[in-house]
Amino acid sequence: MTLAQRGRWITGVALLLLAGVYVRALVFTPEEIHQGLAQKIFYVHAPAAWSAMLSMGLVGLSSILFLLVKDPRYDRFAAASAEVGTAFSVVMLTTGPIWGKTIWGTWWTWDARLTLTLFLFFLFLGYLLLRGAVTEPGLRARYSAVLGICGLVLLPFIHLSVYLFRTLHPAPIVLKPSAPSLPPEMLVTLLCSFGVFTLLYVGFVTLRYAIGDGGERDA
Amino acid sequence: MLWAEDLGHRYGAVRALDGISFSLTPGQTLAIFGPNGAGKTTLLKVLAGLLHPSRGRAHIEGGRHAVGWIGHQSQLYGHLSVLENLRFWASLYDVDPEGAVFARRATDLLGRLGLEALEHRLVRVLSRGQLQRAAIARALIHDPRVLLLDEPFTGLDRVAAGELRRLLAEEAAEGRVTVLVTHNVEEGVELATEIAFMRGGRFVQLGARGGRDAAAVAAAYREAVPGA
Amino acid sequence: MRKTLRHAWIVARKDLLLEFRSRTAILSAVVFTALVLVIFEFGRDPTAIATLDLAPSILWVTFSFAAMLGLNRAFQAELENQALDGLLLAPVSRISLYWGKLLANLAFVAVVETVGLLLFTLFFNVPVGHILLPLVGVIALATTGFIAVGTLFSAMVIRTRFAELMLPVLLLPFLIPPLVGAVQVTAKLLAGRPLSEVGGWLRLLLAYDIVFVSLASILFPSTVTE
Repeated sequence: MTLAQRGRWITGVALLLLAGVYVRALVFTPEEIHQGLAQKIFYVHAPAAWSAMLSMGLVGLSSILFLLVKDPRYDRFAAASAEVGTAFSVVMLTTGPIWGKTIWGTWWTWDARLTLTLFLFFLFLGYLLLRGAVTEPGLRARYSAVLGICGLVLLPFIHLSVYLFRTLHPAPIVLKPSAPSLPPEMLVTLLCSFGVFTLLYVGFVTLRYAIGDGGERDA
Repeated sequence: MLWAEDLGHRYGAVRALDGISFSLTPGQTLAIFGPNGAGKTTLLKVLAGLLHPSRGRAHIEGGRHAVGWIGHQSQLYGHLSVLENLRFWASLYDVDPEGAVFARRATDLLGRLGLEALEHRLVRVLSRGQLQRAAIARALIHDPRVLLLDEPFTGLDRVAAGELRRLLAEEAAEGRVTVLVTHNVEEGVELATEIAFMRGGRFVQLGARGGRDAAAVAAAYREAVPGA
Repeated sequence: MRKTLRHAWIVARKDLLLEFRSRTAILSAVVFTALVLVIFEFGRDPTAIATLDLAPSILWVTFSFAAMLGLNRAFQAELENQALDGLLLAPVSRISLYWGKLLANLAFVAVVETVGLLLFTLFFNVPVGHILLPLVGVIALATTGFIAVGTLFSAMVIRTRFAELMLPVLLLPFLIPPLVGAVQVTAKLLAGRPLSEVGGWLRLLLAYDIVFVSLASILFPSTVTE
């Protein structure tokens, strides 16, 4: 089976499983007492944020490997991971505020997860823009790798900044989706969701990697 | 003094250098002729240490300190004077700009290049010819044993080209090793003691110039590298 | 090590000499800073919001712009006559190059920020004398953070299309931790709070500086060598 076919298979299976998780979350998982239906977004949100972070982590790791070994495949992988990460970030950044507006009336809260994803999104965007602005493949790969590593190192600092900021400026009491302390059905749903999103990540990246240079080959 | 052994350079599928080997002793000048894309500049960059080869090795006795580079860009700072530029570049090569060695070399070079009157002039107001000569001074200020020249005659008129040739001959007579790269056979032949034709990252011919004149070498070049 | 520093100093001094000779960049930066402050001054309504509330944000927006302007000129001179190739050919370590550029950029931005701070205290009547030392300290810490990453990135963007646009876009996420920290500390300082309250932020700023100066030093060679 070629890489692209394998990618399609994995993605297909993951999407099916995703549908399954949704069904489970909406129908079979008990509602949380205090937050009600709104809380169920959490089963999509937390894993989407996780996938975005996973993407960034792998971009960083792949970048380090590229700089050490100079194998163009690491660069291709990093690029694929960045694109997928962008997609996951966008999903979270759009569903989050929409849900927030309908349920609580505010578009945005400086929720730790949402904020981190926002900056992840900017990092990914910058990464993709940089790749778009450099035509020569060797140069592009090196520049991307440098940016990727810096981005990875930045993440803990952003997390710390948000944490410090929030301990000094406690958020207004807004209901935000969080992990309830967990009866087994909720935990299982959550874990399933994490698993499915990870699988989705693998599927998308495999596909993107297989399509590979298609979008980036210079004339 | 300078040797290369099975040099290769590639990124992904693009092979810019594919097994280059040669060696040079003091006083020798190697002229490398080849069409654009043959890998000439890549070879120079690997020799100079600007690029790491993917395989093989290159060695210049004395390392970076011993290398001078002349290309078609002057590598001079417009808002500094000629002398200030020389001081800056010399100091990067660990030549004390306040010392006697520098003073002597600077005076000597500026004299030979006809730039004495311009030493305090800002580089940005120099004419093209003056700029080129100042660039040569910059390349030579640290007394490099090896000169690498990347299409140095580009954009020079006949007078300037002749002056450059004269200077390079003087330098070779003093025992420097020169590697000159160009796509124009006529320009480099007189200076060369060794000749190489390059194509697709390889030397298709490498040997002493013998007594051949420009026309003979050009003919051999056209035969070895058809379509060039 | 000493050689590295010496070379870095030679590079920095050359940059500063060039800057002093041409003067365009520093003057534009100072004028721009003044302009930004003037706009803030005219835009505010002193009866609506206390100056002290806005002051840290105003100050740091101004300083961020100053840093950007400083960074934009960083490798320009090297590009003109391919002097960058000359620098790379010379027996100078890449780290010296980075440190030299870093020092020059810091000096440039320091000048602009000094003028900015002066104008700020003048326009907004905010007394800073009693907190001058800690204020300068936090300005130095945060600025070093921007400039460390910015110097690294400016080496990359000069060879891309739209260089002046790319730099702010790439730099934005990296400005957040030092900026947030700087604004918080500045606010506390202006409000007369004791330094102990901002210990966490100061430590964050310091850690950021150390980590990113080191990381940039390690990564810089990859942006210029092949």
